[in-house]
Amino acid sequence: MSLSTDDRRAQESGTPPVKTRAAAGDRPVTKDMPLRHRLRRDRTLILMTLPAMVLLLVFAYIPLAGNVVAFQDYDPYIADNAFQAIAQSPWVGFEWFQQMVNDRLFWSALRNTLTIFLLQLTLFFPVPILLALFINSFVRPRVRAVAQAILYLPHFFSWVLVVTVFQQMFGGAGLIAQTLRENGHEGFDLMTDPGLFKFLITFEMIWKDAGWGVIVFLAALAAVSPDLYEASAMDGANRWRRMWHITLPALRPVVALLLVLQVGNALTVGFEQILLQRTAVGPGASEVLDTYVWNVGITNGGFSYAAAVGIIKGIFGLLLVLGANKVAHLMGEQGVYKK
Amino acid sequence: MSSLLSGLTGLGGVKPGTRGRLRPVWEEEPSKAGLASKGVMMVLICLAVLFPLWVVIVTSLSSVRTITEAGGLVVIPRGVTFVAYQELLGGGQVTRAALISVCVTVVGTLFSMTVSVLCAYGLSRTGSVLHRPLLVFMLATMFFGAGLIPTYLVVQGLGLTDSYLALILPSALNVFNILVLRAFFMSTAQELIESARIDGAGDFRILWQIVMPLSRAVIAVITLFYAVGYWSAWFNASIYISDPDMLPLQNVMNQLVLKQERPTGLTQVINTGHLSLLAVQMAVMVLALIPVAFLSPFVQKHFKEGMLTGAVKG
Repeated sequence: MSLSTDDRRAQESGTPPVKTRAAAGDRPVTKDMPLRHRLRRDRTLILMTLPAMVLLLVFAYIPLAGNVVAFQDYDPYIADNAFQAIAQSPWVGFEWFQQMVNDRLFWSALRNTLTIFLLQLTLFFPVPILLALFINSFVRPRVRAVAQAILYLPHFFSWVLVVTVFQQMFGGAGLIAQTLRENGHEGFDLMTDPGLFKFLITFEMIWKDAGWGVIVFLAALAAVSPDLYEASAMDGANRWRRMWHITLPALRPVVALLLVLQVGNALTVGFEQILLQRTAVGPGASEVLDTYVWNVGITNGGFSYAAAVGIIKGIFGLLLVLGANKVAHLMGEQGVYKK
Repeated sequence: MSSLLSGLTGLGGVKPGTRGRLRPVWEEEPSKAGLASKGVMMVLICLAVLFPLWVVIVTSLSSVRTITEAGGLVVIPRGVTFVAYQELLGGGQVTRAALISVCVTVVGTLFSMTVSVLCAYGLSRTGSVLHRPLLVFMLATMFFGAGLIPTYLVVQGLGLTDSYLALILPSALNVFNILVLRAFFMSTAQELIESARIDGAGDFRILWQIVMPLSRAVIAVITLFYAVGYWSAWFNASIYISDPDMLPLQNVMNQLVLKQERPTGLTQVINTGHLSLLAVQMAVMVLALIPVAFLSPFVQKHFKEGMLTGAVKG
């Protein structure tokens, strides 16, 4: 994948047009300037990026290398320090990966992950689009601004807060159960029902992030020229025809991009959210790949096996991103990066 | 109709006749029934967000009697008492956790912003030497996640466990945020930068006196994103911090409300006198939501730029 495309895209999307790279202001690319002089000229710039690069090296690249524990029988107690322990642990080759094939819990976690992903795709994904169309149909700016302020709010709540809010509404001691009991009905507890758990967390996602998802679509809608609507209205198109022939095509590239991102993240579903509710419904209904890694590795000390599961997840995640992009390109959309 | 709608949405003060000008002349006049049902639906959607928060806040301010009479959560307020807040903020577990959260958020956000802004500017002068390799080094991390286990081992290996650094350093940078800042810095007028350089300004001075003042909006948004990230974080503390006295507010909220553990360090006995356990739990939730609920609307008008620049073509 060409990373330079991202650079180009960033330039294109900046509000005022940005000059091309060759002409970029005070740092012209001068072929005849010796590297030594260019280093000297730009040393402040390089110095500025240094803290970030060190952080990325330590917390992104070194952990990437740390995945070698998946090929070891890592023993945290063999040495005082995790690095020394990695150095001293014995190598076992692909043993952990072979073990995964017959691991019932791993397949169950994978199944749960994919089920939740499909629920997200069908129940969560359309909500921001519909909400954006709905908000966009209001003409008064004040109404739109207030609605947006309210709908964005839950996005900034932590998962702990969102889950506790749901618990207070739908839990065994929640408001709905309380009201039902007062009126002589039986109470109910949505929070501990394994059968409904996957719907519950999708519902939580909608409450937290559907409003936030509206931003991108509203921006795309705002970019549509009003002339198009006027011209089609003159030609006799009613509001539904205008939506079908102008609004929806305008949203298509954004929808494609977000679909690609969503599919690329298919194996990463609701980690924190599920971790918080895992004990309430039991791992059978709630365990996804991420929580499985956490449970096997952090809770039970099976670092090597958990790392192996993490690697498999990472590889398939990357393949999903690339595959989804490929499909987007074939459909004539841009996707996350260009060809 | 217009007055009914504004009454429903609590948005009075729209001058009569405004609607006529806002809706283009060629558009069909919507039916009154359609308008009304749209208004009702919008109110319902907004209530789905606000009603649970209302219940939580009202319950946190209710006395033991009101809560007992309501049979639990209180929807209609009857009198206001701040007992729960006085107890929580008068020292003890929750006070300490809230202070820890505030400190981690402030220090972490300052650190993240400093590193991100410097890096974004350093990478914004295209054509500088090493610009491309450094950018690729950064962007590549967006395509792979190292995974939970190796990250945990590295944090442990560096001796960061049971230290507040473990709550800041591993999650200090968000590459996407840096890209947004960078895209904004690149859109700063080159003539300004060139003339400043001719006047003898160095890169730090250009960044501080020219580029940053021109990018206030995006800096506000990214600061909010980082701050919310630190304020909402609980997972890192749950795996890296073992001392219960060092846990931030979100983790304490998890223990007290989700896991229903009894709060410690309170002066009054719960549920016998004036203090209701439910009110205490709700007050913890209110403490957690106050900062974000008050800060985010101020930055709202800039969200679009923060979300879209460098990502989607608007």
